[in-house]
Amino acid sequence: MKKDIILKAENVSKQYRLGQVGTGTLSHDINRWWHKIRGKENPYLKIGDTNDRATKGNSDYVWALQDINFEVERGEVLGIIGKNGAGKSTLLKILSKVTAPTTGSIKSRGRIASLLEVGTGFNGEMTGRENIFLNGAILGMTKKEISSKLDEIIEFSGCERYIDTPVKRYSSGMTVRLAFAVAAFLEPEILVIDEVLAVGDAEFQKKAIGKMQDISKGEGRTVLFVSHNMAAVKSLCTKGIVMENGNIVFTGEIEKAISEYLNLNNDVGSFKRYKSSEGPSSEIIRLLETEVVNEKLENKSDYFINESVGIRIKFEILIETDDLVLGLNLYNNEETHILSSHQKDQILNYGIGIYQTIVWFPNNFLSEGIHFCGVAAMSYKGVFRVHFHDINKFCFNIIDEFSTSTARGTSYKGKFPGIVRPILNWDNVIRL
Amino acid sequence: MNDNNTPNDWLFEITPKNKFFSLNLKEVWQYRDLLLLFVKRDVITVYKQTVLGPLWYLIQPLFTSVTFTIIFNNVAGIDTGTIPPFLFNLAGITVWNYFTACLTGTSDTFKANAAIFGKVYFPRIITPLSVVISNLVKFGIQFFIFIGFYIFYYFQGANLGLNGLILFFPVLIVIMGILGLGLGMLISAMVTKYRDFTHLIGFGIQLLMYLSAVMYPMSLIKDKLPGYGWLVEYNPLAYIIETARYMLLDVGEISVLGLSYTLAVTIAVFFIGLLVFNKTEKSFIDTV
Repeated sequence: MKKDIILKAENVSKQYRLGQVGTGTLSHDINRWWHKIRGKENPYLKIGDTNDRATKGNSDYVWALQDINFEVERGEVLGIIGKNGAGKSTLLKILSKVTAPTTGSIKSRGRIASLLEVGTGFNGEMTGRENIFLNGAILGMTKKEISSKLDEIIEFSGCERYIDTPVKRYSSGMTVRLAFAVAAFLEPEILVIDEVLAVGDAEFQKKAIGKMQDISKGEGRTVLFVSHNMAAVKSLCTKGIVMENGNIVFTGEIEKAISEYLNLNNDVGSFKRYKSSEGPSSEIIRLLETEVVNEKLENKSDYFINESVGIRIKFEILIETDDLVLGLNLYNNEETHILSSHQKDQILNYGIGIYQTIVWFPNNFLSEGIHFCGVAAMSYKGVFRVHFHDINKFCFNIIDEFSTSTARGTSYKGKFPGIVRPILNWDNVIRL
Repeated sequence: MNDNNTPNDWLFEITPKNKFFSLNLKEVWQYRDLLLLFVKRDVITVYKQTVLGPLWYLIQPLFTSVTFTIIFNNVAGIDTGTIPPFLFNLAGITVWNYFTACLTGTSDTFKANAAIFGKVYFPRIITPLSVVISNLVKFGIQFFIFIGFYIFYYFQGANLGLNGLILFFPVLIVIMGILGLGLGMLISAMVTKYRDFTHLIGFGIQLLMYLSAVMYPMSLIKDKLPGYGWLVEYNPLAYIIETARYMLLDVGEISVLGLSYTLAVTIAVFFIGLLVFNKTEKSFIDTV
């Protein structure tokens, strides 16, 4: 099968100068020009730190992007994910021709239109209708194209009543709706979208996601989508790119990309030991260690779906008590709360000392992917009280397997949705 | 997997720098509707929520002409020949205003539009072009007022004559617009990095006006200040203003040499401006 590449980035890098523009810039400019007329290389291209915002660098120049290479096929919806400052927006800016790369090139077989931030170019003094035309033209549509879609745009925005009122009288939500509506009816071959879904009410977000799904699936448009909303990324995208400090660290299926991103995003491991005085605590109890273990009580972070996963909790009792219950919360990588569990109806008389327990997730119960876990301690004999609630402090990864002992079985290789994956009993089919 | 496509069937390529000279006229043409909408926006939004509305277009040149007439003609005694001094000044100011509007309007293109340029791409040249065109509307209204006063003075019995060259007046205005656009683009590119130019342009324009034969005939400076006459003679704008007055009022002189010089300077400035503008538009957003 021949791949239909619509967009190709080759060794794209982007360098920024830090600090302020002042007399120093002038001397650098003159130096650069002096090198150029002598036919030498730009002296400032060689230096430059990688772009890690948290560490102090030695150079005034940083690489916001470094040697970015990727290809996008026609009709693909590519999610670009990464921490703040990873270079996502810089990449989109280069793609939408707002700024040029320092080196490298991007080749395209289709018109690129961007939806970097909605509402750009809206003029408050002009009416909604006039702004639809203006905004559409800014985004590259012709007057004819806009006219033919005007009714649809107005209907989609839900601002019909205000359409002949100046936009400065609009609420911010209405402005966003109108702007998104214009952009949603753009018809470029490649659409670039950055974080638009962060705005609008729930109903409108749903509408927006639905529209974007139509764009990408129904109409076969190529979409590049940058967002921090993992659920939106997952439901829209087919492929993902994970970026960190200006580099691409992963390219591949969107699910894998998301778990890669979440791995990056967390210095959370499968074992957490607190220094003796720093654990979450009250005057009664202090947490010492939490650890994810297998049936042999060995610590590891990756488990096959048909393995049991144990959570070992080690804690210290500081005052004698018989009113203490441990609990646990489990979240998946989309931050869906999968379950809660606690030591039900156990009456335990604790003396002062160090204790340990293990709680087990049965095999063939959790779905694949990264799971985040946190433990809590509470009392509820008298007044309900939470001693501590240590949320998402450690994690483990569930890996699916093609096997007769999994819910998937051996023959189905496709996507398997759902937040849990137990093996259910299917009765024999009977003929009626 | 093999990418079997030939390497040159790409629609376009995004590269670090523009080619040395690339004005993508095809692209500008694709965005012609945007140009018209920008012009429309500029024209209708300037005086929204004002009581006098477009009347403001008229008040400014009229008051300036009155002031000039009092100061330069009544007090300083500059002789405008058979032409009523007020009409002489109004002609100069109307034409001069178009140039300043083009220059100041385009000179902060990048800075004023950074917000929108930073988010979406369209040929950047659309913005200064729209300024030049929308100012043409303003110029039209001001020119209308000039015609009104022309007719008024004519019936008052003033000795006014139209020159046959009036047919070339639109050409003159276009040349002026292009000069303003070229200079404005040049400055706007430099302003992105060094804000010093914003300060320069404010009083620079005022100084330039005194060197552009707006409120005096060109012959006057040669008589009175022979040592400094070259300052005016090397100013292409002075020839434009002088020629405009020659066409409209049949006064002063027309210099073919001067006009050729003006045309040459205009073309040179425009292309240098375009070149610098093109070079800047690619990554100005990083420095603005």
